[in-house]
Amino acid sequence: MTPTYYLLLSALLFSIGAVGVLVRRNAIVVFMCVELMLNAVNLSLVTFARINGSLDGQVMAFFVMVVAAAEVVVGLAIIMSIFRTRRSASVDDSNLLKY
Amino acid sequence: MNLLVAQAQQIEAPEIHYGAIAPVLIVLGAACVSVLLEALLPKHQRWAVQLLLSLLTLLGATAALVLYVTADDVPAQGVATLAGMLAVDTPALFLWGTLLVLAFGSILLIADRSVEPGGVFVAQAAIRPGTVQDRAQATKTGMQTEVFPLTLFALGGMMTFVASNDLLTMFIALEVLSLPLYLLCGLARRRRLLSQEAAVKYFLLGAFASAFFLYGVALLYGYAGSVKLSAIATAAAGTDRSDTLLFAGFGLLVVGLLFKASVGPFHTWTPDVYQGAPTPVTAFMAACTKVAAFGGILRVLTVAFENTQWEWRGVLYGVAVVSMVIGAVLGLTQTDVKRMIAYSSVAHAGFLLIGSIALVPDGEGVSATMFYLLAYGFTTIATFGIVSLVRNSDGEATHLSQWAGLAKRSPIVAATFTFLLLALAGIPLTSGFIGKFVVFSAAIEAGLTPLVVIALVASAVAAFFYLRVIVLMYFSEPAADGPTVTVPGAFTTIAITLGAVVTLVLGLWPTLVLEWAGTGTFLS
Repeated sequence: MTPTYYLLLSALLFSIGAVGVLVRRNAIVVFMCVELMLNAVNLSLVTFARINGSLDGQVMAFFVMVVAAAEVVVGLAIIMSIFRTRRSASVDDSNLLKY
Repeated sequence: MNLLVAQAQQIEAPEIHYGAIAPVLIVLGAACVSVLLEALLPKHQRWAVQLLLSLLTLLGATAALVLYVTADDVPAQGVATLAGMLAVDTPALFLWGTLLVLAFGSILLIADRSVEPGGVFVAQAAIRPGTVQDRAQATKTGMQTEVFPLTLFALGGMMTFVASNDLLTMFIALEVLSLPLYLLCGLARRRRLLSQEAAVKYFLLGAFASAFFLYGVALLYGYAGSVKLSAIATAAAGTDRSDTLLFAGFGLLVVGLLFKASVGPFHTWTPDVYQGAPTPVTAFMAACTKVAAFGGILRVLTVAFENTQWEWRGVLYGVAVVSMVIGAVLGLTQTDVKRMIAYSSVAHAGFLLIGSIALVPDGEGVSATMFYLLAYGFTTIATFGIVSLVRNSDGEATHLSQWAGLAKRSPIVAATFTFLLLALAGIPLTSGFIGKFVVFSAAIEAGLTPLVVIALVASAVAAFFYLRVIVLMYFSEPAADGPTVTVPGAFTTIAITLGAVVTLVLGLWPTLVLEWAGTGTFLS
């Protein structure tokens, strides 16, 4: 297997995540799509580390995981608080701020 | 096991220049102490202790910065420390100073309890809006004092962001500055639904943008084999790797950065978040995040991508035009003061981007942009300070129609606001004029004359909506049930005075700051 296939897979996963963010309505699912994008990046980081023959990319993947975990904590707290108010996690319902 | 020990002994610990990074260490260390205080102190003592700690931290960090800058043995081109992760050079030191002073003003606005009894932050974030408990907390004194450590962490992230010399550090700093801001947006005491909605929108879009930034980092790592900015510049000068990686990586990276700076087509979160967030947090975001984001953009463009500027300059040229047009035209249609200033900040981001792409060899574009950032930051903080003063029974009266005839109710507030709006419009004798002047002259020197012409037209269009507010305040009859202007306590008064005085002083004697900004350029 050439490493290029992993890069293509990573690009595909990233695109699926990006499209998901744009079309899905539930805030939790939107957030999961963002996580998918971050993990797609991890895959390409590790692949590039293999291609370059250096460990940097693998170390960076760990940093990304830690950041993603911190983001989950903050994000779910915010989504929870708005869900408790509105009884819905739909991003279309949050429409008070516009124009 | 023995092998591991033997390997560990071969690793040399990187040299750390503690004197140079002391301001960042002080801010982040104090943020950690502040979290501990939150856990250990009884509730009634927290506000006073946290405020004292935050102000002492800012003073201490500023003192450390001044000590470092005035010492004799500081290399003029700057030092790279922590294995080259942080570059402490003239732009970094200048932006640190700017951030610390702007944060001082923001902390004073955040801590204020005279305008809104108990402060503008919710007493307990977990209380559901619209319930009995929520109505009880609205009149209770006391606020969620976690805002102080969150602000300090955000500030620490911003300071790291403008000094980070490799893209991984930049990404971590970006998250350290963003995550506290997402939370701060959702903590308003009144209009909590708007506040929470602003937090959700900012968070989801911010996380989306950081994913783009990160993918750009990954592609550039694949291109250069390293995420150091200087290594990317070296690789761009000659490598056998595909240029697709370089330009795809650059594009994704810049999208992430432009989002944070609320430039052009990536601005959609700005009006909503500026309107929904508590006003002191909006002031902090508008001033400090802008400084941090453009500090990062300047460093990335100058250090890593200067060689390839002829390939990307056209793209950012277009982005700057779009940003100025969106800011100026949509600003005209706004009926809410905070949204109007948000669109004005989108237009200003376009002007700042002009300075950022004017990469002239003597670094004039960099120093001009940094001066503009400083001037804009102070003006914005004072502007939002004044917005927080005009109130009616359910909080701030931000609708423009409520500002009619304000000069008759409070001549001083109306006069100060007029001065600040003129500074935003760029009228002479204000820092806004000097900022625009130096940025545009750097751009003309870099051969961007058509862009400067567009910028001047955009400034003229934008001046219309600033003047509309002034006319409304002076030449309209006040409504009978209009808002009152609260007499601010010491904190808000100091913050507004600081912003207005700096705006005036830099309009009269800009060389005070311009000379320092021009003394050096980025360490590469």
